[in-house]
Amino acid sequence: MTLLNAVLFLPLIGFLILLLVPRGNPGMTRMVALAISVIVFLLSLGLVAPYWFAQPTGFTFVTDTPWISTPPIRYHVGLDGLSLWLVLLTTLLTPVCVLISWNSIDKRIKEFFAFLILLEFGLIGVFVALDLFLFYVFWEVSLVPMYFLIGIWGHERRIYAAVKFFLYTMAASVLMLAAMIYLYNRAGTFDYGTLLSMLSSGRLSLTWEEQILLFLAFFVAFAVKVPLFPLHTWLPDAHVEAPTAGSVMLASVMLKMGCYGLIRFCLPLFPSAARSCANWIIVLAIIGIIYGALVAMVQPNLKKLVAYSSVSHLGFVVLGIFSFTQQGMDGAVYQMLSHGISTGALFIMVGFLYYRRHSLEIADFGGVATPAPHLSTVFLITTLASVGLPLLNNFVGEFLVLQGAAMANFNWAIFAAVGVILSAVYMLWMYQRVIFGKATDDLSHHMPDLNGREWLAVAPLLVLMVWMGSFTQTFMPPISAQSSKILEHSRVGVDFRVFSHPTARTQETIRAAR
Amino acid sequence: MPLANFIPSGADYLRYLPEIILSIAGTLIMFLEAFLGERRKPVLAWIAGLAMAAAIWGSIVAFAIGGFGFQNMVIVDGFATFFRILVLVVGLLTIFASVQYLDREKANAGEYYALILFSIAGQCVMVSANELIIIFIGLEISSISSYILAGYLRDDRRNNESALKYFLLGSFATAFLLYGIAWVYGATATTNLAEIRRTLMSPEIAPSVVLVATAAALMFVGFAFKVSAAPFQIWAPDVYQGAPAPVSAFMSVGPKAAAFAVLIRVFTTAFGPIANRWETFMWGTAIATMVVGNFAALTQTNIKRLLAYSSIAHAGYVLVAITAHSDIGNAAAMFYLAAYVFMQIGSFAVVTYFARQGERYVNVDDLAGLGARQPMVAAMMSIFLLSLIGVPLTAGFFGKFYIFKAALDSNLIWLTIIGVLNSAVAAYYYLRIIVVMYMRDPVDASENVGPVSPGLKITILASALGTIILGVMPSLVLDFAGRSASLVK
Repeated sequence: MTLLNAVLFLPLIGFLILLLVPRGNPGMTRMVALAISVIVFLLSLGLVAPYWFAQPTGFTFVTDTPWISTPPIRYHVGLDGLSLWLVLLTTLLTPVCVLISWNSIDKRIKEFFAFLILLEFGLIGVFVALDLFLFYVFWEVSLVPMYFLIGIWGHERRIYAAVKFFLYTMAASVLMLAAMIYLYNRAGTFDYGTLLSMLSSGRLSLTWEEQILLFLAFFVAFAVKVPLFPLHTWLPDAHVEAPTAGSVMLASVMLKMGCYGLIRFCLPLFPSAARSCANWIIVLAIIGIIYGALVAMVQPNLKKLVAYSSVSHLGFVVLGIFSFTQQGMDGAVYQMLSHGISTGALFIMVGFLYYRRHSLEIADFGGVATPAPHLSTVFLITTLASVGLPLLNNFVGEFLVLQGAAMANFNWAIFAAVGVILSAVYMLWMYQRVIFGKATDDLSHHMPDLNGREWLAVAPLLVLMVWMGSFTQTFMPPISAQSSKILEHSRVGVDFRVFSHPTARTQETIRAAR
Repeated sequence: MPLANFIPSGADYLRYLPEIILSIAGTLIMFLEAFLGERRKPVLAWIAGLAMAAAIWGSIVAFAIGGFGFQNMVIVDGFATFFRILVLVVGLLTIFASVQYLDREKANAGEYYALILFSIAGQCVMVSANELIIIFIGLEISSISSYILAGYLRDDRRNNESALKYFLLGSFATAFLLYGIAWVYGATATTNLAEIRRTLMSPEIAPSVVLVATAAALMFVGFAFKVSAAPFQIWAPDVYQGAPAPVSAFMSVGPKAAAFAVLIRVFTTAFGPIANRWETFMWGTAIATMVVGNFAALTQTNIKRLLAYSSIAHAGYVLVAITAHSDIGNAAAMFYLAAYVFMQIGSFAVVTYFARQGERYVNVDDLAGLGARQPMVAAMMSIFLLSLIGVPLTAGFFGKFYIFKAALDSNLIWLTIIGVLNSAVAAYYYLRIIVVMYMRDPVDASENVGPVSPGLKITILASALGTIILGVMPSLVLDFAGRSASLVK
């Protein structure tokens, strides 16, 4: 029984406990949910231990036992530098989501928290599964609670959004399942590590056609989740209609499932195909960056604005991954985490505003700064983090991605940089219209400021924004150790070198940047 | 041959133990009914249930003996035992689901249980048959009982319509099957499955392939009707919609599973040598069945009709496994049918519960608010629906997984792609039911739903448990299916 298993299964046990909590006792339900999620978070902090002083080469906290005999499917989980922070992001945001849903959820409280905790189980599972089949199981399992969260506790068009969300992901991922089975039939295993070693030793070699088709089947499933333009249309609907906690989990963690899948599976398993398609994918990513930013600029709805800004930010992640440079990859992973923190916080702030004003229209706000100075300040820091102000978290990721992109092809960096400028435009403009200006009616004068519980929810995120922006060394070493390994694998069997791979350690680059 | 060879041995009777138990119990119920007062009627349900349980034990005894019985007419292998137990489980679940329903409709009579027992006896005969005539006899026992069951509430117009349609189209299809059997006998001079195979395999005595292919096609029509494969599926929605809800539950799994068992046995054993001729057909039928079932279900508003179309779609998935024509494919089909039994009966049991007297509430929209008013039932229904979609950690997911794996093993890449895309389409209409239960505002229809009766509770909980267990530990069933999938040839 490793620590990782405890972190993974405690939410599942918590889900069952929550189901047993007597109905009609909302206070107890909330406390139980908070207790479970906090315990999971505290336990998960222990996962950092092996990475704190040294860089383990392989996976840590590995459990590998048979689950199903025919075909051989194993319960194989483990942690590495790539999944470590994503797991922590999940375990951190779950208690935060419990806190922000404390009062804003007023119907079927028990089911809400139960689904939230079940979602945590699915998400952690996705990031730690080292068996393709197990990964798929968690991938789909995480879909169900999110579907209910949107569909039951969402806003007016929740049903449309929930069904669209489910069908988009489902339709794309069934093809991935078919591709996994095909891969199994060729290799005789679902095990990730075994597959990689078979590929690098040449015991398994896929023809170019096979690689391309399998790559596309995986890629489309992940691209829908990322979401990559033009597969992003489910995202604004889902974000806008979801309750705040749903939006936070969706933006901060669920979108990362797609990025994680690209890095973990698409690149190392199908290196030639990934490189052949890279140019096309990068074009889509850059379109996403600029398109997302332009659409965000004209949104009258706060949540939609944040949703489209996610499309833009996630474009950077894809750009970084497919630049096939150490910097790009490091930046992509860092951007994933940063986006998780800052966009999560943005959605939380939007949720706070909604709770006070019962509106998401930018035009309904104004003059918030006077009655609610704390809220406005926190919102400002979050906005600036999202814009990519140096010393705050998003800057690091975006900078590294741009650097990686520039090393691969300078034009990409130019286009992507436009997105950075645009993000400053739409975020700051939004901030100005919401917080400053004249109050539209006297309601705004009575807007209560942040209370203790709300402070508790956003404080860790604010700390992390500064920490991740200023002390990159805390987080970067495991990431860059892992991304260099992924890049290594993504060269296997590729007989052409598209780009040069600078060997400089990323740490130096960051130091130089600072 | 000396006459003594034709006298069955004691072991032969033991090999037929489940069928014997069921027939005796069925007859006993018919007799007892005349002597029992109105208030003692529940005893009959107990007898039927105990008979099923005894027959499950009987199947295990028969399996321990194994081998052929009654001059090679009966075969008791793992495959037969698997399906015997499966249809008996169907019977048990159906009986638990029916008790309250019959009370509610004031139609609690012994013949209902007797007919279920006879129908299952027929299905047991089918799945353990090694010979075309026995298959036919079993099919008739099973079908005729089902025809009566479909029209069981004889004062109800919908029941009458359902029974008449089922009977007319069913007998038509059976005629095709019988005609096919006649052709086979004419071409090969035998009705024994293994003998047919041997004849087709030896070039010097093999009949013209056109002759055999026609015979196979005729028989396939008969089976396709029973499993409701396109284009012979038209009857299914009307019949399932009209029949009493527990009977629909029974008909959409029991006879179907048995018919699939026979289809697999006949086509892999007897017609195995001409597999290259029928595989293309099976391929087309599988696709047509999946597409027709799923796309027609999209627009249904009556939940029984929706489940009927979904059962057509699921027949399509099983046909994908049969098209694979391999041991893995057969095992996948077996596992899928086991998974399908739980999720289908479970969802029909919820419909039985919700429809209330006279089956007034059978529209999808009537379920609105069930999530708030009966959270347990709604949660169970969600499990069944998620399993029907094929979400992991439910039985339906592993069922689909094994089927598509078998198809890819046999290099049926396009069939697999069409299949998985179909299962994504299917998600839409199952989700719609969940949407209505949880996300719509409650309507009057769900206002006065009473508590769940004990019998229905058992069926629903047992089905949910089966769905989850097969979804978390599929090896329990799959290992046995895998061992029994290579049929005696």
